[in-house]
Amino acid sequence: MQNTFLIRRQSVLVFIGLLALFTIGATLLSEGLGIGLVSTSFVKTLGKTLCLCLVALAMDLVWGYCGILSLGHFAFFGLGGYMIGMWLMYARTEQIVINSLANASLPPTPDELSDAIGTQIFGVVGGSDIPAVWTFAHSLPLQLALVVLVPGILALVFGWLAFRSRVTGVYLSILTQAMTLALALYLFQNDSGLRGNNGLSGLQNIPGAAAVSQDLISIWFLWASAFALGLGYLFAVWLVSGKFGSVIRAIRDDETRVRYLGYSVEAYKLVVFVITAVIAAIAGALYYPQAGIINPAEIAPIASIYLAVWVAIGGRGRLYGAVVGAASVSLISSWFTSGQVPDLPLGFYTVKWVDWWLVLLGFGFVLVTLYAPQGLGGLFDRLVRRQNP
Amino acid sequence: MSKNPMLLEVSGVSVTFDGFRAINNLSFQIASAELRAVIGPNGAGKTTMMDIITGKTRPDTGKITYGRPGKNLLKMSESAIARIGIGRKFQRPTVFENQSVFDNLVMALKKNRSPLDVAFYRRSQEDIKKVEDLAAEIGLTEQLHRMSGELSHGQKQWLEIGMLLAQDPKLLLVDEPAAGMTPEEREKTTDILRKAAKTRAVVVVEHDMEFVRRLNCRVTVLHEGSVLAEGSIDHVTKDQSVIDVYLGR
Repeated sequence: MQNTFLIRRQSVLVFIGLLALFTIGATLLSEGLGIGLVSTSFVKTLGKTLCLCLVALAMDLVWGYCGILSLGHFAFFGLGGYMIGMWLMYARTEQIVINSLANASLPPTPDELSDAIGTQIFGVVGGSDIPAVWTFAHSLPLQLALVVLVPGILALVFGWLAFRSRVTGVYLSILTQAMTLALALYLFQNDSGLRGNNGLSGLQNIPGAAAVSQDLISIWFLWASAFALGLGYLFAVWLVSGKFGSVIRAIRDDETRVRYLGYSVEAYKLVVFVITAVIAAIAGALYYPQAGIINPAEIAPIASIYLAVWVAIGGRGRLYGAVVGAASVSLISSWFTSGQVPDLPLGFYTVKWVDWWLVLLGFGFVLVTLYAPQGLGGLFDRLVRRQNP
Repeated sequence: MSKNPMLLEVSGVSVTFDGFRAINNLSFQIASAELRAVIGPNGAGKTTMMDIITGKTRPDTGKITYGRPGKNLLKMSESAIARIGIGRKFQRPTVFENQSVFDNLVMALKKNRSPLDVAFYRRSQEDIKKVEDLAAEIGLTEQLHRMSGELSHGQKQWLEIGMLLAQDPKLLLVDEPAAGMTPEEREKTTDILRKAAKTRAVVVVEHDMEFVRRLNCRVTVLHEGSVLAEGSIDHVTKDQSVIDVYLGR
């Protein structure tokens, strides 16, 4: 008892230590603040990977610990990105418009200003009016609140309806897929107010920091992402190591029995669903400024399935497993799809990894399911146990 | 009986599954401190009766009141019914196998069960003491920090009974506690149940007549969803209708 708690605390220290080492190391090798061995675009990839680790952590909480196989958590990730993206795009456009109108003989009226911003942002979808959903886009604090509130309330309403009706198992998974698909299809429409399939772009440019180079901004976001991941990890460990963790693991294993113990299973599921949706949204809000662009394709159903695959490969029900799974698979994925891996000529056919990577990933997933059902984390646990029996 | 007020009153309850009357105008009462055995052939409605009391199944007609003043159980959820003091033990042992005996018992302890309270729960010395006492009562002191999945069948049954006792229920519904137990284990189970029934109502559903005889309590015989006979074990085993439908077979 005492022992397992100590081990868990040790593992937390190890995790935070490794994360800090990684972040400091990447900074020292970066172009922004270091010796320039690691390119700015790769620093961004690393920062984005940390955000993916954070959303995988949320997935592990909701699936690995509470047993809810949500295949829609990327919707919350994407919504978080959209919410911060609105401010980034609006505030920067406003700055550009003000600068360009500064030389006009008459100072622009508020109407002219708003019209000019509207044309700049919504010209691509044939409009110049600023839609109502952008009401708060001028304010960073309000838009940051929306990063948490919009996905949180969506998860609350969706979860309340689904859990109250006792939808479980594969039916719930299908329902969450439907949710993310419906959201993606809605955002694809030009009149959704979020620029349809164009999405939001130029998000790497931080308003008010035009003079700061991307080399440096990439480092800021790397640190912010690392900080968020560290905080998220501490929170997750705290949540699952106490009685709350005991109850949600019990719900995963036998929810009927938990009900007869007097616990309101639906309330617990809802709490976990909403908390993880908010974590996913925060991860998304840190991810998309590094990616520079967000469009509805990001929250296509397949994205949430990848999330489940990462956690399965990493090993669910152990928080570091999710982090390892997300980091390794997404980094290998971006390596294979970047075209850096040389093609494999077989004489009769040339394997192009950009196309064949998915086959490789699928094959890897099958292998993990067959030979390491506990994922990479399970292999690691077995190794540790062999050394300290 | 006047010193032992009624705790549970089931009156005129019927439930139909796809045209099959599982429970047919069932009425009976349980007193506050009473050990009661419920017997009956397969399909007599014993498990359905428990499902109705614990809120899993909603009856078509009838009334169930519990406690003083009487609460209508038919309007409450399973978890709310459990919180007002009705505990249930299932036929096959259902403990959380991936967690230690200690954690299983802590989860069952009578405490506030809202997510927020549970998230900020810190185990006090008092709670640890309670868990240790319970473990001693069910004979699992040595196993307290082992995974529940590693326990023997009988030990899992006791752990589940221990979890019920930890909830401190006023009414305990126990489904076939002696199934798959060795004779010594049965004896110990009988002791635990009889001790529990001193301060609360315990309803035991059982197939095994020998076990029921050892409980030495009032017996209700169910048949086709209603009460066929009620009384001491000797009384019901002499009843001709009981012999016809159950014992005579």
